[in-house]
Amino acid sequence: MLKQTPLHAVHRELGAKMVDFGGWDMPVNYGSQIEEHHAVRRACGIFDVSHMLPVDVKGEGMRVFLKRLVANNVDKLKTPGKALYSCMLNEQGGVIDDLIIYFMDEQWFRIVVNAGTAEKDLAWMQRCNAEWGANLGLTPRRDLAMIAIQGPQAAAVLHGAMPGSEQMTEGLKPFNAVNVGEMFVARTGYTGEDGYEVMVPAKSAPFFWKALLEAGAKPAGLGARDTLRLEAGMNLYGQDMDETVSPLESGLAWTVDLKSERDFVGRKALEASEITRQLVGLVLLDKGVLRAHQKVHTKHGAGEITSGTFSPTLQQSIALARIPLGIAPGEEVEVEVRDKKLQAKVVKYPFVRNGKALI
Amino acid sequence: MTLPADLKYTKSHEWVRVEADGSLTVGITHHAQDLLGDMVFVENPSPGRTVSAGEECAVVESVKAASDVYAPVAGEITAANAEVEGSPEKINQDPYGAWMFKMKPVNAAEVAGLLDAAGYEALVAAEAH
Repeated sequence: MLKQTPLHAVHRELGAKMVDFGGWDMPVNYGSQIEEHHAVRRACGIFDVSHMLPVDVKGEGMRVFLKRLVANNVDKLKTPGKALYSCMLNEQGGVIDDLIIYFMDEQWFRIVVNAGTAEKDLAWMQRCNAEWGANLGLTPRRDLAMIAIQGPQAAAVLHGAMPGSEQMTEGLKPFNAVNVGEMFVARTGYTGEDGYEVMVPAKSAPFFWKALLEAGAKPAGLGARDTLRLEAGMNLYGQDMDETVSPLESGLAWTVDLKSERDFVGRKALEASEITRQLVGLVLLDKGVLRAHQKVHTKHGAGEITSGTFSPTLQQSIALARIPLGIAPGEEVEVEVRDKKLQAKVVKYPFVRNGKALI
Repeated sequence: MTLPADLKYTKSHEWVRVEADGSLTVGITHHAQDLLGDMVFVENPSPGRTVSAGEECAVVESVKAASDVYAPVAGEITAANAEVEGSPEKINQDPYGAWMFKMKPVNAAEVAGLLDAAGYEALVAAEAH
């Protein structure tokens, strides 16, 4: 039996095509994935991301706990509402999950983790909590629904759907969140556009969703979410990194804080490891579509595509690939696509930001 | 969408139209394009290529996934539709109009063994369960 979000019936009403996504029955599109993609780049799309799990951390000594639990440094979170993107590593330095930590106040941090890893993550956090004697309250918030409102018109849509939210989001900077009553609004997203991720009580979600549609948003499915995040050069857990690879070989070195003296889980393994591979962007020069797991040939040896798709914004195929070090942007590589070897160019990603092509 | 009754169908979701001269025109069904979603790439076989029944001979790719297209019967490819290669979305818009390739069958009798509309409809219904 697949799990359902509080918006499941609403998706069915809208005629969404549903797929099994990590055990959840989720909308992949409501008709055309490409139209939904363009709606987000040009206006506003909304996504049901209630399958992701918010975990509230409460108690004394949270910072000490989180500084050991995750690879980025929560001491970067100084002002209430500020968010931090980080990996949670295992002792071998592999990535258990990537997550966002919101610092609301010294008594309350909220961590949002991926859907497919939620149970594993929670078990890991609880184990660390017990083993380190941290004694914190860790509360999974399945009672909340989460809707991502994304695109250049996201603010207008949110304000149209929820009169009074203007004051709430006034002065809310990117990667910050604010909580008022039962509504948590973060200016975050997974599309490379301006936008919000809003958490509301599950029972309010269908009403809120419909109000957003009435305010001009287009419903968008996980299909568009994937092409948007890939254009934006954002990693997908389970594809671009997992427990077997280092964040330092996954384009995530910027999220690993090795400057501070903290003894976080995985640090010793990372410092002892030799980095031989890098995550790069690829743009296909020939016709075709790059896909995950296709083999990449470079002058320094072979690598593999971790995520690939057709980019609706660029109208050509793009990918993230893990390849040997020493291959620089501008160089060409060969990708095995079925029985052919196609030419691709290595580029710096992101490929698209705020509606504009960057390559 | 109702299935055109004048076409033949394969278990691998191609449609086949038998032309007056006995040649075959091949495309993919409405059901196939609906499963795949927005088409972004089509690779057709080259005219002159001989294919056996069920041989992978073309590829359609949607944003979501790549899918092989199979020769419905043995024969020789006589034409490929450059229009769908240039505009793959035509397969979504008009699956029974946007043909992919034409071929001359080795044995015309083989075509009779393909599914008719009712048979294909039953196959699609069975797959949905």
